[in-house]
Amino acid sequence: MARAVWDSSVGKKTVMAVSGLIMLAYLVVHMLGNLKIFFGSAEFNGYAHWLRTLGEPFLHHEWALWIVRVVLVAAVVAHATAAYQLSRRDIRARPTKYVHTRRRASYATRTMRWGGVILGLFIVWHILDLTTGTVHPNGFQSGHPYQNVIDTFSTWYGNVIYLVAMLALGLHIRHGFWSAAQTLGAGSRTRDRALKAIANALALVLTLGFVSVPVAVMTGVVS
Amino acid sequence: MKLTLRVWRQRAADTEGAMSTYEVDDISPDMSFLEMLDTLNEDLILRGEDPVAFDHDCREGICGACSLVINGDAHGPERTTTCQLHMRSFADGDTIDVEPWRASAFPVIKDLVVDRSAFDRIIQAGGYITAPTGSAPEAHATAVPKPDADLAFEHAECIGCGACVAACPNGAAMLFTSAKVNHLNVLPQGAPERETRVLDMVARMDEEGFGGCTLAGECATACPKGIPLVSITHMNKEWLRATRKAGKR
Amino acid sequence: MSTSSAYADYTTGDPVVDTKAPEGPIAERWDKRRFEAKLVNPANRRKHTVIVVGTGLAGGSAGATLAEQGYHVVQFCYQDSPRRAHSIAAQGGINAAKNYRNDGDSVHRLFYDTVKGGDFRARESNVHRLAQISVEIIDQCVAQGVPFAREYGGLLDTRSFGGVQVSRTFYARGQTGQQLLLGAYQALSRQIAAGNVEMHPRTEMLDLIVVDGRARGIVARDLITGKIDTYFADAVVLASGGYGNVFYLSTNAMNSNATAVWRAHRRGALFANPCFTQIHPTCIPRTGDHQSKLTLMSESLRNDGRIWVPKAKGDQRPPHEIPEDERDYYLERIYPSFGNLVPRDIASRAAKNVCDEGRGVGPGGQGVYLDFADAIERMGRAAVEAKYGNLFDMYQRITDEDPYRIPMRIYPAVHYTMGGLWVDYDLQTTVPGLFAIGEANFSDHGANRLGASALMQGLADGYFVLPATINDYLARHPRQDEVGPEHPLVQEVLAETEDRLHLLLAVDGDRTPDSFHRELGELMWEFCGMARTEGGLRKALERIPQIREEFWRRIKVPGTGEEFNQSLEKANRIVDYLELAELMCLDALHRAESCGGHFREESQTPDGEAEREDDTFSYAAAWEFTGTGTAPVLHKEDLVFEYVHPTQRSYA
Repeated sequence: MARAVWDSSVGKKTVMAVSGLIMLAYLVVHMLGNLKIFFGSAEFNGYAHWLRTLGEPFLHHEWALWIVRVVLVAAVVAHATAAYQLSRRDIRARPTKYVHTRRRASYATRTMRWGGVILGLFIVWHILDLTTGTVHPNGFQSGHPYQNVIDTFSTWYGNVIYLVAMLALGLHIRHGFWSAAQTLGAGSRTRDRALKAIANALALVLTLGFVSVPVAVMTGVVS
Repeated sequence: MKLTLRVWRQRAADTEGAMSTYEVDDISPDMSFLEMLDTLNEDLILRGEDPVAFDHDCREGICGACSLVINGDAHGPERTTTCQLHMRSFADGDTIDVEPWRASAFPVIKDLVVDRSAFDRIIQAGGYITAPTGSAPEAHATAVPKPDADLAFEHAECIGCGACVAACPNGAAMLFTSAKVNHLNVLPQGAPERETRVLDMVARMDEEGFGGCTLAGECATACPKGIPLVSITHMNKEWLRATRKAGKR
Repeated sequence: MSTSSAYADYTTGDPVVDTKAPEGPIAERWDKRRFEAKLVNPANRRKHTVIVVGTGLAGGSAGATLAEQGYHVVQFCYQDSPRRAHSIAAQGGINAAKNYRNDGDSVHRLFYDTVKGGDFRARESNVHRLAQISVEIIDQCVAQGVPFAREYGGLLDTRSFGGVQVSRTFYARGQTGQQLLLGAYQALSRQIAAGNVEMHPRTEMLDLIVVDGRARGIVARDLITGKIDTYFADAVVLASGGYGNVFYLSTNAMNSNATAVWRAHRRGALFANPCFTQIHPTCIPRTGDHQSKLTLMSESLRNDGRIWVPKAKGDQRPPHEIPEDERDYYLERIYPSFGNLVPRDIASRAAKNVCDEGRGVGPGGQGVYLDFADAIERMGRAAVEAKYGNLFDMYQRITDEDPYRIPMRIYPAVHYTMGGLWVDYDLQTTVPGLFAIGEANFSDHGANRLGASALMQGLADGYFVLPATINDYLARHPRQDEVGPEHPLVQEVLAETEDRLHLLLAVDGDRTPDSFHRELGELMWEFCGMARTEGGLRKALERIPQIREEFWRRIKVPGTGEEFNQSLEKANRIVDYLELAELMCLDALHRAESCGGHFREESQTPDGEAEREDDTFSYAAAWEFTGTGTAPVLHKEDLVFEYVHPTQRSYA
């Protein structure tokens, strides 16, 4: 059955929808966690530490975190691979452009592919910056995420990368959520408006929530 | 009306094509778009040039033969078939671009004529109800709730013109395939083959080299018969249901 | 003396007799025939190849059913897909004597209505069989998933059509033909996938191969590559539709053509009643010379629309300014019991009469109003929209007028041809092994077809009649000699076809194919259209050979034969129209009576109704080809009426 799903264009879209929704759910939690930064360094750092102890004593230290990481990596890889393969199929299916071009579909729809690539690159940078600290400016301090965040958003390029990525995220979710609902067969004539409203709300709330952190750092609300 | 036409000319499937420019004069706003092309062709024949080849037949919007991309829109600016598009939708002096359906599953045969036999093969894969002649029960043996009958009809209206594929940025045939899947799957008569139908038709659609769906919605906008985008959603649901059931067997 | 009068000097040969129609009570004849017909052992069926030309309701259903029975079917259509045959454009519905309404319908009443509607020029046995089978067709189509209109209880809905007083027409909004055709197409697709049908789309039959007196194959051209090939079989079935396109402007599809039936006629199949053409009363009037075809508005509109013209001649006021008492609802006035639902021939002629009186409306006075104001008031706009929405939309797109506010303008147009290849009760032509089904044959509608009966006949022939009767032929000729491309007769037919196309390309004249087609069409419409006179027909018979001669001198066909060449396809079809038209006029000339769609002005009652001459013309006229432009031979098939006695049709 797995083979049948992966071999079908509809099946691959299903993989994208499911992995997308997993990532979306994660992002909602991630965004809410980020907002803890407004309550000061102790609470933010404490929250970060708690994430490592989540599930103890049933789970070993940091296991919960690793489980989440594995699931997320799997989701990203599945999402990206399916997207790549589907895009190749799409381009092959329509090799000749019309001479008379005109704007088609909405902005969010048309930017799904490039938006996805931007988000993929962002995730790599984001991990190297705030998880491993590899490319972190100003000396990465493990166990002090509050300071690390402030360091990142104290550089112009950190802010630019982040803001661009979050805008891409908003657009991606706006079409992606609704699209996933259709792929999973959850859409209907009566539900369509509700689904579009939810997609817009999710996109807006997540973008604003994430963006509020660098804005707060830049404006000095968080320091 | 006087118009400038830029038309895709391609002598045969294996030759290169290009846009050619023609002037047409004395066009009546009451002409259909195809009658305007007839006028051009009459001129071309008398001038000893090759007339523009295009598919057409019933000229009343139901056979699905006509298939032109006019100024970038499948079937042109109105929501109808090219044969039902009238010149009153254009202004005197306009330049109009006329191109064939573009999709690798619809190779060009000549000029504006493309090969849409891939659609036939999708239907052959499962777009039918097995009911050999003579085996039918009395028509009133099974009542079909009116909403189901209406839904089936709405999808059965598809004329197989291929505008959905032509308009789709991915050259996908999801709207066409879903229209037939939904037409038959919603009816009690279609129930016994409900799962195999959707699985086989989608598989065939993929094999024919159509693209995948990104829900851009261009297909439903171009569809002259108003097959809705949600038709694709319903087919996805049917496909998932069928895949789950197949997995259990 | 001109050649035309030579053509008009036809001779009368032996009568043609239907040897297959059984005797006995009419209700038992079909059962009797099916029992008497020999069967082919199921194991032997796959050894038989049957060619089917055309994929409309008749051809599609026949191909699918023959394949289901186990025959190897090789099928052709000129369209790019079998789904596009012109049956798809039929709008209104399909008749069946189901009596679901409990309104007094029965097989016998459908039989009676059809014989009467056909003005007593159809064969009783065939019509009765059609009425019997009608009920099975609905069952078959529902099982295939045809989405007929249903009522809230989930049961099938019906409506009324012209010429009848019961509600027996099943429909799928205004797209019944499309839905029925897709049903047949899907059944055919299933057989193609199973390998039982070898489908050749974009391939047009150009000639019939007859060897040792039997139909053994066809010559056909691949419209993409231009390659002309031969195909062989044990029997050939023509389901290629009617010949209404002789008139250039008609409701037929642009590429519908008469080549298959005409070439079969030239090879020996008799052509019956060619002058019986149906002019449909409710078409959108033409707007100018550019017009390439006419569009039908379903007859079902006459259920709720009221037809009228102003009482005064030359009344130029817009319709809403004409008060009620200055309107003439002429159908309701002349035919009070059927009103707007009189048969097509009568409605068309009445429209012509009021227009000839100078009371027509719209450009050139060539139109009458079909008014829905009362219906909208009575049922509400929503109900009218639900019932006729797509037709109203189509009307608006073509005319740019809103029929919800302004009455539609309609005018008669050529729609259907009752004539066609002569066939016996088994649907076999006079060439053994050659069958004709659907509109291509002449059998069931007499001189006028009732609305919603074409779909019924096409599917009856294809699903039920032919698959039963062709067995008998194949069983009686189990082993036929192999015929291949090298056979000298085959070579000859092939060479003739190639020569014809080469000649068309070689003339390189100065007139386009369409210009000839248009000229012929206008001539036919004027002299062989809604009303015919001896003088007019003689004039047409004189003119047609001249057009034909000019055609072969001045035709210009660009390109080559070895490529996709739509001009060549068209020109080749016109070659056959130019011969068929002559036969239509001759048939109309010889039939000095009025009946159904054939109205001879010399033969009418004092109040302008068609007057039949049963003593002289109660026969089907089957013509034998003797050569292009040379007088054909008439073979009469006497029509015997045992159950429905000919009377003057009255719809008053």
